[in-house]
This record gives sequence, structure tokens and C-alpha cells, in this order.
Amino acid sequence: MTRFNAFNLLKNAMSGHKNWTEQWPDSQPKSEYDVVIVGAGGHGLGAAYYLASQHGITNVAVIDKGWLGGGNTGRNTTIIRSNYLYDESQRLFDHSVDLWQGLSQELNYNVMYSNRGCLMLAHTVHDVQSFKRHVHANRLNGVDNRWLTPEECKEYCPPINIAKDARYPVMGGALQERAGTARHDAVAWGYARGAAARGVDIIQNCAVIAIRRNADGSVAGVDTEKGFIKAKKVAVSASGHNSMVMATAGVRLPLESMPLQALVSEPVKPIFPCVVMSNAVHAYCSQSDKGELVIGSGTDQYVSYSQRGGLPLIEHTIAAISEVFPIFNRMRMLRKWGGITDNTPDRSPIIGKTPVPNLYINCGWGTGGFKATPGSAHVFAHTIAKDEPHPINAPFTLDRFRTGRLIDEAAAAAVAH
Amino acid sequence: MSQYRVSGRGRVDTARPVTFTFDGKSYRGAQGDTVASALLANGVHLMGRSFKYHRPRGAIAAGSEEPNALIGTRRGSGRFEPNTRATVQEIWDGLETNSQNKFPSLKFDVGAVNDAAYMLFSAGFYYKTFMWPRSFWDKVYEPFIRAAAGLGVSPIEEDPDTYASRNLHCDVLIVGAGPTGLAAARAAAVEGLRVVLVDENPEAGGTLLSEPQARIDGKAAWDWLAAELEALKALGVKIMTRTTAIAYYHQNMIGLVEKLTDHLPKLPADTPRERLWRVRSKQVVLAQGALEKPLVFHGNDRPGVMLAGSAQTFLNRYGVLVGKRPVILTSHDSAWYAAFDLQDAGAKVQAIVDTRADVDALLQSEARARGIAVKLSHTATATSGRLRVSSLRINPVAGGTVGAAQDIRCDAVLMSGGWTPSLHLFSHTKGSLTWDDDRTTFLPEKTPEDCVIAGASRGLWGIGAALADGAEKGRAVAEALGKTGAQVAYAIEADRPGTGVSHKELPTDLSAGKAKAFVDFQNDVTAKDLRLAVREGMRSIEHVKRYTTNGMATDQGKMSNINGLNIASDALGKKQPQVGLTTFRPPYTPTSFGAFAGYHRGEHFEVTRKTNIDSWAEAKGAVFEPVGQWRRARYFPKPGEDMDTAVRRECAATRASVGIFDASTLGKIEVVGPDAVEFMNRMYTNPWTKLAPGRCRYGLLLGDDGYIRDDGVIGRMTEDRFHVTTTTGGAARVLNMMEDYLQTEWSDLNVWLTSTTEHWSTVALNGPNAAKLLAPFVEGVELTEEAFPHMSCVECTVAGMPARLFRVSFTGEIGFEVNVPAHLGQKLWDILWEAGQQYGITAYGTETMHVLRAEKGYIIVGQDTDGTVTPYDAGMGWAVGKKKPDFVGMRGLARPDLQAKNRKQLVGLLTEDGSKLEEGAQIVFDPKQAIPMTMVGHVTSSYDVGTTDQPIALALVEGGHGKMGETVYIPMPDRTIAAKITATVFVDPENTRLKI
Amino acid sequence: MLLIHCPYCNETLPEVEFAYASEAHIARPTRPSETTDEDWAEFLFMRSNVKGPLYERWRHVHGCGRFFNAVRDTVTDKFLTTYKAGEPRPDLSSLTEGLK
Repeated sequence: MTRFNAFNLLKNAMSGHKNWTEQWPDSQPKSEYDVVIVGAGGHGLGAAYYLASQHGITNVAVIDKGWLGGGNTGRNTTIIRSNYLYDESQRLFDHSVDLWQGLSQELNYNVMYSNRGCLMLAHTVHDVQSFKRHVHANRLNGVDNRWLTPEECKEYCPPINIAKDARYPVMGGALQERAGTARHDAVAWGYARGAAARGVDIIQNCAVIAIRRNADGSVAGVDTEKGFIKAKKVAVSASGHNSMVMATAGVRLPLESMPLQALVSEPVKPIFPCVVMSNAVHAYCSQSDKGELVIGSGTDQYVSYSQRGGLPLIEHTIAAISEVFPIFNRMRMLRKWGGITDNTPDRSPIIGKTPVPNLYINCGWGTGGFKATPGSAHVFAHTIAKDEPHPINAPFTLDRFRTGRLIDEAAAAAVAH
Repeated sequence: MSQYRVSGRGRVDTARPVTFTFDGKSYRGAQGDTVASALLANGVHLMGRSFKYHRPRGAIAAGSEEPNALIGTRRGSGRFEPNTRATVQEIWDGLETNSQNKFPSLKFDVGAVNDAAYMLFSAGFYYKTFMWPRSFWDKVYEPFIRAAAGLGVSPIEEDPDTYASRNLHCDVLIVGAGPTGLAAARAAAVEGLRVVLVDENPEAGGTLLSEPQARIDGKAAWDWLAAELEALKALGVKIMTRTTAIAYYHQNMIGLVEKLTDHLPKLPADTPRERLWRVRSKQVVLAQGALEKPLVFHGNDRPGVMLAGSAQTFLNRYGVLVGKRPVILTSHDSAWYAAFDLQDAGAKVQAIVDTRADVDALLQSEARARGIAVKLSHTATATSGRLRVSSLRINPVAGGTVGAAQDIRCDAVLMSGGWTPSLHLFSHTKGSLTWDDDRTTFLPEKTPEDCVIAGASRGLWGIGAALADGAEKGRAVAEALGKTGAQVAYAIEADRPGTGVSHKELPTDLSAGKAKAFVDFQNDVTAKDLRLAVREGMRSIEHVKRYTTNGMATDQGKMSNINGLNIASDALGKKQPQVGLTTFRPPYTPTSFGAFAGYHRGEHFEVTRKTNIDSWAEAKGAVFEPVGQWRRARYFPKPGEDMDTAVRRECAATRASVGIFDASTLGKIEVVGPDAVEFMNRMYTNPWTKLAPGRCRYGLLLGDDGYIRDDGVIGRMTEDRFHVTTTTGGAARVLNMMEDYLQTEWSDLNVWLTSTTEHWSTVALNGPNAAKLLAPFVEGVELTEEAFPHMSCVECTVAGMPARLFRVSFTGEIGFEVNVPAHLGQKLWDILWEAGQQYGITAYGTETMHVLRAEKGYIIVGQDTDGTVTPYDAGMGWAVGKKKPDFVGMRGLARPDLQAKNRKQLVGLLTEDGSKLEEGAQIVFDPKQAIPMTMVGHVTSSYDVGTTDQPIALALVEGGHGKMGETVYIPMPDRTIAAKITATVFVDPENTRLKI
Repeated sequence: MLLIHCPYCNETLPEVEFAYASEAHIARPTRPSETTDEDWAEFLFMRSNVKGPLYERWRHVHGCGRFFNAVRDTVTDKFLTTYKAGEPRPDLSSLTEGLK
């Protein structure tokens, strides 16, 4: 593996870039692994990377039905933040933000993590109460987040309309300066390259057909399009397809897979300095390094694996963008796409053990999994290696749906009165 | 006439000159010109700079696929848009345009230093560097990259234009009004079907507009076209031009965007700029045609190098010669015809250079007849010229060896790498594609939608084939819709079908490593970038695309996808389908945000629900707040009052005498039927059986998970009729939930549910004088403690209006809620307001309502609860019917965590220093601990403008019910506040004030 | 935007008139207090989330207001059938047979 740095870039430039090596090889499955990870997105590849780099477990395969990073990792709006409400969520996402800070250096792959800040706009009295609750909770947890007046919001992000007579006037905002964005593909590629360099096999275009179990109920391995692969442990992080994969092991999950659409505008020179989220009007916007406005939409209402999504949602999303940022009304939408998100009832993920011995699950990230990639991968690797959760993911059990100990970020934020 | 305009050619009206500006300089074009055709007519090829290397660029195409000639377009203040394709924008007198991505000028751009250092800016270079020192990414590297990228500049003013939308239903929607679409339209229309034919261009005709030499049914192409359009209109076909089919959605819903004003010199009054059409068509015919591919060779991006078919379009449609001494470079027959047309129009074609050894003898003899030199089996290896191509370097290729070079002087290079079918909308349907090796292209296979694809968009070349296939497919969709379908045949003369071959990058004798052979022009992706990506392990076209950005420019790969795929496949040694085709994503061409936002801007962004009394509040100067879709009066400031002052006054007046409040937004549901009481028993936590008609009760609604969802006062009007109220925001949710249980779980119950929120206006009177004020107007009941005690309800007459009168209180004072038919709300309000003057009646808003209820310890669901709070947590175990066999949420409440000790419980808080707490502030037991602190709850409500001696607060605190009198701490950024846990009721715990 | 056939109105109408109501044929236990925590969690939260034909519920919320059931292929989003609440679960093989 050629190390990435300015010197090597210059050296290779001199030789016509002919000497760069493969970032990861095109691996074929071996008959047996210590750990098989199903799903080569950021979470799965990251878990493989940390298994190898932190736990010395290198006899690992990451298997995907398609190309690595081809699912939600490569089709999200790349927002990174940790200003969640509950302690459990804050710890998980802030762990991730900590890892984001040094990820380019750790992986020797510039993932372009950009600390440009994330501003969440409040448009109702209820929003103000709720966001202030976030700000205070974050502060006492050591997570940065502060309250801005409408005028301060405008100063931080000039395209915001703070007119008092707007349909949903801006009443303030919660700003997390450590939040930001990253280059999504680079995250998958960086983890893949790092994992492969440590001996992990990345097996693409090889669908997992079923998880096979031993007579004692524990995991035996996975049946794939390329035959049976024996595994001491199997870990699943297949985003939209988690329910299908886990069902083959007899594990039912509290998930529904919904289409999520996102879009970008044509590229323009820098105009939008940060990430802005407006839950009340459903507008989420940032500007990529390429200059495109990156805009997140909501989920369509029904379960679907079609990756299509409907027009009404796009109309509403763009209307919301034009409402909060009226100067963009003459901008043009360049490209719109859909992903499949797996959603839990409490909108918090499930990371941990399952009722099947040696089978692990990392799922339920809904619309917000990208930001958690390093943190989630890190604690998932710990869980797989030690057969017990890391303290950070311990609350995110499947069992919480039995006990009622939900981590209900959705309910905490979204009740109107 | 301009230098490059050819008289007698084209469809523009040179008798109607049009003046516009480009980079401040004034140019003259003709009515019907695009910015590109008009600039070319003036000999201007340099129109823009590329994204990464800032290389000079001209128009390469003549249509919406153009990647290079992107300009800013302006019509006075507020009307500016970046990245407009010069090949699409029609000119009008006074149009201002400018080039982009250059500094200081288009001709001299310092950004072009990137071009010199191109070896450093290889594919994915940014992933490999800018990592040290760590802090430099945010402060130095990223700002530099961001400033360099981005093409045009964003608009900075609000858009003064309006946008519209409409729905349209039809039998057959045909996308593309070229020969294929026209023939399909006729075939369907003659069967009496409702046909809609759309085209993105200003006029219908497609290829016919560029091929006037063709003759159809004995008529010249343009004469036939004119007659055919008239005939189609007569058959009832709706023909929509300047209308782009942007996306294909589920079940044959197609989004169209029609441009209405961008081409007009004067804006007509009351006309939207664009209109979004949501079309639902029984059948769809896709006839989008095909796009020409560039050839990939060193210097193929120099201004003056363009697609041969586009040069032909500029000539035949716009009457513009793109060069006087062009050279043709092709691997397809079609470019030979471009050469002939240009030669015939007065250009001196320097040579036709074809990569193929075998070319149709007829074409060769036609070339010879015109005196055009022909070079077969040649490759192109370079171009020269700074801001405009001045020569093409070509070499013979024999047995795979590139021979000696020869320079051909020229002022334009017209290239063709063959054609690729437009599969965009087909791809939106998740239709499958199949690879055609002969034609080196993907062809459509199967689609789940009711849709056919015809003509060049399924790989058929030539006008004859297009008409025949269009007619056949038109007949087929007519048959699918139950018609017999007639065969229509067309007689074609002077058709120009052709064949060709497809290439990866052309062979060269120069160093391939130094070649700037562009694949994606706008994003500056070269063939060697694609090969580098493959070398680095990118094996799917998705990875190659993302690593190099090939196909991600504003043309979305229309120019570059197939060439990119050919090169990547070659590098991988695999067939193209094994490498894959990237998905075409909507929209087909970039589409204004305004078209999607449509009417939903400003105050129409979302419906604003207003009560019957809203205009009174507005006239009184009320300050409003949005609550769900409603707007509610928050407070009624008198001149000079801020919110606190006004609310303090409103609170005091209500406690002292009487306040009037518009409670109409409260959700209301009528629950009626023989089993109504059983339904209520199952739905709400409370027992309802013993509630007598004429009495009401506070009801608590849980989800089946055991957590509080909603609340409200519920009156039993008669044995079988309940008047249920809900929170303002929860009304629809509660009704949906009730319907769900009633329809799907409890179909044994005989109950009807009706939303009556908008049936009633609700006026609340609260205060010691409320009964005195109201009593004179009430007929049918005495407002005394005996006849109408607290928590009573009755149907009666109030001020002559039919009414439902409730004696309830959300303030702790004597309270009434008078419901009258919605349209009578203001009338009732006026009467009470007038009569209330003797008591100094005061109108109050939601803020005062919130304060007064908090002083009395009444919760607001969603503020004092958050979806994780049980009735017991909220101190309302008394509302839970213990003897009932079941209610929604009962089983959920029994789950282990809901039974756990030390849950967060609702309590009151009084600060020790008398300061006001902030809502949302977090609570700790130990203020001295280090961060991260162990938080035990938060402040849910807090007010210092009410009637209590000191500020009050409600809070959820871990184990709070067992900690009365204990001190907790609220650490704020500047200080820590100590507060004592109290009961939640701060005013009149004995309820004496509720008595008349 | 989907087109949905309401079996009560017997009309096929755009999706904006309807509200999704998740998986169908999940009956609320008739004696909730006798169910285990596991069974209650199963009822409340566990969903099959099928990739392929899914039994699901919709409500014609801006129409007749009725809840009804549907079988929809979640890969193509095509409805195989819709039927009234309370009617038996249609046999999948006959539905997909018709599709071919």
C-alpha cells in the first residue's frame, strides 16, 4: 500500500501516476473466517478495520451483495453532529465526532471532515424549549452546542431568512460548532483500504443468502452466492436489508425500511458556510466542497426497497428550502436519489448481541447513520471481539423494546401542543 | 448579417435582430437564436472555463446536454441564475449574460495555473493529501478547494417570479416530438385517444429541424412538419414545447416542467415563470432520441472542437457556420453528412478524418464530388490553438501502429464518436438494460411501468426508422388501451441512417500519460484519470465515477457516461455490462427550485388555519405563534408593552376579574353510539361508565407502549354521546388512533367518530367574574354551584346561539368554555367582550394560558411530557382506572422499565434565590461534580410573569415524588441555581377559587 | 406517487389521499394483561419488513376514512391487491401468479 501524502503524490505525478497500487484487492472468499461481517458500508468496513487494528482480529471478511460503500454510505447528505438529547445518544454520537476529528490521519485517507458547524433552527415556541433542553443537556455532558438569536443565526449563515412575518419565523437556533460534514465515499474507501492492508478480505458482489446456525443454536456461518463460508462469529450491518438477513437466523427486528430521498443543486461558488437543519419545516442543507447545495428530504411513508420515492416529498422539501433560504429559488436541482433506511420505533440504533450466540447486529440508524460511522464501527468491533458491548453501546440493546427502556429521540423532539 | 450567418439557412428570423450582452459586450443575434448560436454567428467560441483546470471552453453541443457553455443569465434585479446552458437559453432584447469560473477575465484566467499543474490534480488527489497539519484542512485547504470549485455564483436576491403547477390526465404521453414522437402521436390520436406530446425545445420536430434535406411523403421535411403539427392539433393532440419531462415516477406519473417566460423580452403580467405538470398517463411513449458522443483525444476540449451533429444543427436550424475551415473527425457516418451540409453552405471542409478503414463507398464518392479530402484509418492525437482551435494533428493507424503525424489547419473540429440512446426516463422506471455489443451501447429491455420506448432511444438511426418505429409503438399503446390500431407507413427520401463504431480513447503516438483527452469536459476528467482509478482498485463504474467525478457534472453524464464506461472496461479487461452503468437520476435536466416549490412560498408555504376570532385578534394587535398548522394569538400587547409586561397584565386581570380566551383550536371529536362508553373505557385511562350525562372529566390517552400521548376534558353530553377535546396539535393524530382501534381491533363496538374541531368556535371565560358575566346570556341552565357545578356540561342557548357549555378551568379560576357553531364565534366573542367591559374584561393569549395553568399544576402534553412519561410519572395515577380489564396503554405500563423505581417524575420547583429558571435547563443532585455530569431531570415549564410571589417551575426529576422539600441544582453557564422540590400546584391547592 | 385502490370507495386514487399504517394482520392480543413482555414487544414493535410482497395497512384518510389492507411488492412498489379490513389474508401465490 502506497502511503498517501504530498510527497508521494508529487513523486507519482512525476511518473505519470503509473505506480499507485490498488487500495484494496478484489478478494474471493476463503472457506472460514473468525468473523464475517455482512454489509460493506462504512459501519461494516469500519468494524472490520477496528477488529484488525484494535483487537488484532484479522481473519475477517466483509461481504456485500453489491459494491462496497454502494448503499447508504454513498448516498446520504453527510451531516455529522452529536447534539442529541439523551445521555446515551450523546455519548455514542460524540464518541463518533471524537473519532471523526482524527480519522483522515488515522486512515491516511483524506475523508475531508469539515468542522463547519451545524445550526438547528427553531421555528416555534416548542422548538425553542426543546432545543434549549438539548443545549443544556449537551453542555453538562461536555458536548458543544449553544443557543443563537435569530440575528446571530443570520450572521452565522447569511442565506437564512429571519423575517418576523415568515410562515414559520426563525425564533433562534442551536449551534454545534464541532459538527460538520465529510466526504462519504472516502470514508468507505479509507476504511476498506485500511482494513485490507491489515489482512481483511473485502468480498464484493456476493449476496448473503442465509445465516446458518449450529445444532446448539449458535452461528455456523453464512450461505452466500459463492457458497458456504464458515465463521466463528457473524456480524450484520446491512442497513435497509437487516431485517431480511436477520430473519434467516430466526431473529425478528423492530425495523421498517423506508425510502429516503436527497438531492443536490447545480454547483455554485461558496455561499453556504455550514449545515442548517430545520425540523419544523423539514429543510436540511449544506454546501459540498464541489459547490453543490446538498439537501435532505424526509422519508416516504411506506416500506419500500425500490429506492424511488415520490414527487410530493421533493416538492415539499424544495418549498421548505425556498422558505428558509429564499435566495435559492432560482437555483436548479441537479440530481435526486433515494436510499433505504431502516428505522426503529424510538429512532435510535440497535448495536449489540442478539438472542443467537455469536451473532451481532448493528442496525436501525434510520436517516442518521453516516455521522455515527466511526463511533458505531468502533464499539461494534468491541462488541464482536469481546462478546459483550462497549459501555457506550450497552444501552442500545434489542432488549429495550421488551423492557420499555427506549432512547426516544423522536418522541423527545416532536410533540406539538 | 453577422460574419458566420448563412443566408437562406436556418429557422431563425434574421429580419428581426435581437441585441443582448455577454460579459458586458453587446452582440446581435436573430429572433430564434440561442445565446450559443448567436455568439457563434459572431465568431465567438470561447464561452466558459472548466471546473478544475480552468481551461478555455466553447459550446460542444447545441442542446440541453451542453457541459461547457454555461453562463449566468440576468433580467434586471432579482432575476439571475447561474449555470444556464448557452445552447438552451433563447435570446431576447436586453438579456444580460456572463461567463463563469474565471478571474479576472474569460480570456485571461489565473485559475488556469491549475492546468499547468495538472499532473498533481489527478483523479482523487484530494484523498491523498491535505492531511497535514491536521488543523489546516478547515482553515486553509478546504476554503481554497471550495473557492476554486463551483462554476457560477449563487443568486443573492429573493426571486420576484411566481411558479405554478397543474395536474394532467391523459391516455398517452409522448416524450420527445421528433419524428418518432410525431408518428407515435398520430398513431394514438387517430384512435381517438387523449394524447400529450412534449418537447424540451422551443419548437417540435427534433431531428427534422436539423435535417431539412429529408422528404417525407413527397414533402420537404419542414413543410411536412408544419402540416403534421397542424394535423395533430386538429386531432386533439396537446403539443407542449419548452417542456421537459424531468422524471418518471411510480405508476406512470411523469413530472414535466414548462418554461413560460425565460425566452420573452417582456414579462407578461400574471404569468408564472415555470409550471410543473404532474401528468398521470395510461401509457407512455419515450422518444427522447439519442445523444452524440465526443471522441476522446488529447486537446479534444479546445474551443472550436464540437460535436458534428451539433454543428449541423447550428447550421440547419440557426443558419450559423461554426467554422469556415472545419475538419471532420469521426467514427460514424453521420458526421460525413455534417461535412456535406457545411461544405454546401460555403465552408471549406479541410478533411474528413475517419477512424474506420471501411466507410460506405457512396459517402466517399459524395465527399470526393465536393472536393473534400478523406483520411480513413486515422486517429487524432492533438489540437493546437490557445483560445480557439487552429489545427488538428492526425496520424494514420495501420495494424495497431500509429504512423507519422500531419497537422491540418482548421478553425473548427467537428467530431462524432457515434450515438448513444437516451435512456434517462426509462432508467427512472427501474427498467432493465441490455448491452448491445455491435452498437457498443446499452439498449432498453424491460420496465415495470406501462411504457414503451421507440426510435433512436432504442438504437434505431435515421428518420425513416424513427417514423416507422414511432408509428408501430403508437399503434401498440393504442392496442393496449383497447383500440384496434391502424398501420401507418411513411415514404422517406434523402434519409441519412448510418453506422459507426465506438471507441475508448483514440490511439496516439504521444505519451499517453501526458494526454489531456477529456471524457467529462466540465469536470475535467480525462481518460488517464479513469485508468488511474481502475489501477487503484476501483472496479465498478460507480466507484470509478465517484473517484474521478466522471458523469457528475451538470450534464449528468450525457456526454461522458458511455465513453467513460468504454475506457474503464478496457482498463479492467471486462465487458461493459460487467462494469455496469451508473443509474440515471432525475431530473433529466437541471430544474429550478421554484418549479418544485410552486405556489408553496411565503405565506402559502403551508396552510395557515385561523379561527373565526383570528381577525379580531389581529385587529387588536395580537402577536401570533404557529402551533401545528394553526396560528394562535400568543399575547395582546398594549402600546409600549413587551411580552412579559403584557402577559403579567393578562394574568393578573384574569385572576382578579375575568379573562377571555379563544380556545377554538382545541381538537374536538364527537364519540357517539350505543357502545360509546365502552369505547371510551377502552381508549382512555379513566373509567367512564359512572360519569353521568351532563358531567365532564379530564381524560388521559396513552399509546399502547404506556406513555402519555394526549389529554383533554371530555364531556358526556348524553348516555351515548361524548364531546372529546384534544390538544391543538394532537387532534388529527388522536382521531386517527381512535379510528384505528375502532375499525381494526374493536369492530364489535357500535360507535361513530366525527372530527368536530372546525364545527365549533370555543370561547373560554376565566376568572372570579366569569359566571357573573356569562349568566345573563345563558338560557336553559342556572350558572350556580348547585345547578351547574365545576366539571359540568350542557347543551343550551347562549346569547341566542345554540351552544355546548362546559364549566371547566385550565387556570384555577371559575371557568367556562362556550362552544357555538364555528361561524358564530366572533358574534359570541363580541357580545361577551361588550358585556365584559363592566368587569374590565381582558383578552389573553396562549402565553397567559400557559402561565395560569402552570401555577395550578396542569400539564401540557408535549411540554411537561415528552413521549417517555407515564401517568404515574406525571403524578396523575388518579386518572388511571385500576379496575378496568384493559385500556390502551395498560399492558404497556406493566413493562419492567415503566415499573422501575426512580423514574423521572413531575414536580414543582422554587428557586432559593427567587430567580427564574430556563425551560429546558438540566437538573443535578450534586452541583460539584465534573463534566460530564449525571443529570437527573430538566425544567419543563418556568414562569415569572404570573400571579405568584416568586417564579415557579415544573420539572421532571428522578424519583421526584419522594423528594419533596429537597434541594436540587441547575448548573447554568454562569452560575448554579439551587431550587427546592415542591408540589406542582402553586395556586389555590384547595380549589376554593373554582367555586362560584 | 403511488396510485392506490380503496376497496371501500372502489376507486383508484393518488397516494396523497392515503396514510400508511404499517404491517397488516398484527392483531392486538385480546387479553393484554395475560401476555408476556416478549409477546407485547412482538405486538408493539417487531415487523417482518419484507422485501417482496408485504401485507400492509393503509387508511383512506382524506376520503372515506377507512383502514384497509393491501399486498404490495416492496421491490417494485406495485400493489398486488387491496382488500377490506377483516377479510382473510389473500393467498400470495395466486396474486404473484396473476402478476406473471
